[in-house]
Amino acid sequence: MENNSRRGFMGKAFGAVAAVGAVGSLVAMKKTWDPLPSVKAAGFTTLDMTTYQEGVMVTEKWRGKPIFVLKKSAEVMENEKGNPAAEARNIKIGDDNFMVAIGLCTHLGCIPAFRPAENDFLCACHGGMFDASGLVTKVPPPRGFDIPPFRIDGTNLILGEVGPEWQSMKDNGVTL
Amino acid sequence: MKNKEPIILIVVIFFSLVTYYLVETFAHGVMHKHVDSEKFQYNDLPALTKSGNVANGKELIVDAGCTGCHSMEKAGMPAPMDAVTAAQSYGVNPPDLSEAGAIYDAKFLADLIKNPAHALKVEHKFDASKGEMHPMVPFYGMGGDIDQEVADIVAYLKDLAVSPSEVTPTMAFENACGRCHAVGYENWTQIGTKPSFKHEKDSLAFDIQVLEYEESLSKYMGKLPPDLSNYIRSRSESFLSTFIENPQNHLAGTAMPRVGVTADSAEKVLEYMRDAGDTKRHEREEIGMYVMIYIVIFAIFAFLWKKQVWRDLH
Amino acid sequence: MAHFTKATSVKDWLNQRLAIETVEKVMMSEYWIPKNINFLWAMGMVLVVTFALLLVSGIFLLMYYVPTVDEAFHSVNYTIMREVDFGWLWRHVHGVAASVVFLVIYIHMFTGIYYGSYKKGREMIWISGMLLFVAFSAEAFSGYMLPWGQMSYWAGMVITNLFAGGSLHADGLVEWIRGDYVPAQAFLGRFFMLHVLLIPLAIVGLIGLHFAALRIPHVNNQDGEEIDFDAESKKYLAGDKAGSKVMRFANDFMSKDLMVVGIFLIFLFYLVFWNYGFALDAINFDPADGLKTPAHIYPEWYFLWSYEILRPFPIDLGLILFGFAQVIFVLLPFLDRSPNTCPANRRGTMFKVWFWLMLSNMIVLTAMGKLPPEGIFSTIGLVAAVLFVVQWLALPFITSREKKV
Repeated sequence: MENNSRRGFMGKAFGAVAAVGAVGSLVAMKKTWDPLPSVKAAGFTTLDMTTYQEGVMVTEKWRGKPIFVLKKSAEVMENEKGNPAAEARNIKIGDDNFMVAIGLCTHLGCIPAFRPAENDFLCACHGGMFDASGLVTKVPPPRGFDIPPFRIDGTNLILGEVGPEWQSMKDNGVTL
Repeated sequence: MKNKEPIILIVVIFFSLVTYYLVETFAHGVMHKHVDSEKFQYNDLPALTKSGNVANGKELIVDAGCTGCHSMEKAGMPAPMDAVTAAQSYGVNPPDLSEAGAIYDAKFLADLIKNPAHALKVEHKFDASKGEMHPMVPFYGMGGDIDQEVADIVAYLKDLAVSPSEVTPTMAFENACGRCHAVGYENWTQIGTKPSFKHEKDSLAFDIQVLEYEESLSKYMGKLPPDLSNYIRSRSESFLSTFIENPQNHLAGTAMPRVGVTADSAEKVLEYMRDAGDTKRHEREEIGMYVMIYIVIFAIFAFLWKKQVWRDLH
Repeated sequence: MAHFTKATSVKDWLNQRLAIETVEKVMMSEYWIPKNINFLWAMGMVLVVTFALLLVSGIFLLMYYVPTVDEAFHSVNYTIMREVDFGWLWRHVHGVAASVVFLVIYIHMFTGIYYGSYKKGREMIWISGMLLFVAFSAEAFSGYMLPWGQMSYWAGMVITNLFAGGSLHADGLVEWIRGDYVPAQAFLGRFFMLHVLLIPLAIVGLIGLHFAALRIPHVNNQDGEEIDFDAESKKYLAGDKAGSKVMRFANDFMSKDLMVVGIFLIFLFYLVFWNYGFALDAINFDPADGLKTPAHIYPEWYFLWSYEILRPFPIDLGLILFGFAQVIFVLLPFLDRSPNTCPANRRGTMFKVWFWLMLSNMIVLTAMGKLPPEGIFSTIGLVAAVLFVVQWLALPFITSREKKV
């Protein structure tokens, strides 16, 4: 078309300048979608580990997700001996041993129910089961409970921060 | 054909600017009266004549009973009661005096110690002759030269405090304004910054404390002093500055006291208010510069393209 | 099924199915515009760009705005202004553009009045344009409610009270409009709906109508000359671009349009970053309080002229004249009885005076509408309001006497 062929250099140059503006606007728009500072700041939960009772599973909250905290009895610890998978998941704070896990079934995300009598977890959605160490005892869940990033600070556990214990769990494939 | 565009542009700009001037500058000048600043000179208060003795002031401040209401955390003197209980007794929580020497004007402090209602400009509310006493008990002297004693106390307060240049906007605001005014956007309540609570029950318990304090405060002041989060945008800076200097100049008869801050502290209070209500101002200025440069380049390129396209149209 | 051949290119494939080449010719390269125009003719494109800015900034505000009476104010002034990355930018762009768009609308409108672009065949352009003015006014009013500041609340209270109809005391109607006895959650919710969905849809539809109304009569020119677009466009296509009286919309007219847009954006963004107080009024930074009226209430500047026609009179007369003022501009093509389509300065002294007096008077009304209705200001306002009505009533008589130019 006659008009198009006469557009020449300036038209393309102007188009390029306009495109720069468009890209700048898109960058600003992308940033507007980002999670808010208050959301990111709320991403840390501090748990006082001295307040838990043996065998009593307490559900805390971290980043909107349920967190299972179970103080393991001596009996559970006995059963774990010789089971490297279970021992690798253990979180020891002082003289106490805990299972701390994101309380979502690794199959499709339902929240499994704790059964105090059997000291295990049963997921109602598809029948998956986990033991007191967080390992899978009945399929379909593909892996044990995921463990949230944590850092041990005295008798506190800070969820959301990465401490050396969690880092090695991640590196060894104990958790994702 | 004569090109009429320059004159058309002038006509459009003329009528737009006239409208803007009348609707903004002129109208706002009519609606809001102008108040001159005395630049925090406190000309109505007498100049200090005596040079104060810090050590003597330190003793006096305890012996005269000031610490019966006022804490001085820096000097190891805690508050005699919690804020909510104090407000029930006095209407408002008496301030901690640790930084008072740096934040408030010396003439003001001297006058305040001897005659609180006068320095604070609330004599219309607390008329001594009618027996209406300000909650703060005036200092009647400890037997010596009262002006010397007052000068000693002020000298001690100045010594206790940080140097005026070390006063931060937060310190200035929390000291001078924070016991009456909340600033929700900075999480500031009249009883302190609200901590984060794990359990909702504890969070609500704190909120109830604040409400109880505010109830005492409202009774004392006549109505609850407003939350200042957006005041830097809802009131002009010159209004705020002259208001802080002397509330009576803008709202005659108001219960808000003249707080007696130095010019420096007043500026820091405004800075705190800017941080609360105009938080992104620095980013706005910076991004603004880049956008303006870009738009000018955009307009230049548009102009050059137009010139090229129109070369064979004329 | 129509006949389709094997496509020779992507363009050919689309052309067989969507006739893109024909569409491009009709809308862009063979949409003929007179050359005898000035930069005021670019105001339409400026309005499209400003509307686009309002839409885009509105989209990002909408992501974080919460339309409840408890959270609206803080969702804007805390979340958007302090927390959201660039939230302050969208808010400033939206508020300033919403105010500046009316400056451009008034320039666009008065350009049309000056050059007689509403006469003989162009009546629908004018009417659809005035309907757009009404739609934009409704959009601006509904949008102003959303931050739920003191001005939002009290403007909402005052304007909905107008529907009580003075002595008619139609309080039931007012309550129905509000959905409550006073502006409250129901009120906020419905104006949110209007602002975000219904009125923008109406605006987009009306813009379509406005463009459609423009297509057949073609754009006017500085002399009001009736141009033979067929003859002139043939000249252009034959190669005589300089001699032809017309040019293509794209890229000839558009390149000048975009140059004007560029200059406009310099002005707009200066206001967005540094001088936005006129659009983001201070009073609206106090949260709404139904128990306390601000010392001064006033509408946004673009409503002041019509507010001032309401104010000086007893309520019933005021409402009648206010209604008159809203509607009378639409009737301009029918009230102007002159045979001339040409600029005002060539239509004889009477209309020339009428035009500049109308423009100046609307500015006087605007200024008085902002000022407290006391003393000399209320007198000037009354005189200006009466003059406005008289000018419109006189228009048929003035123009029917005009000699053919």
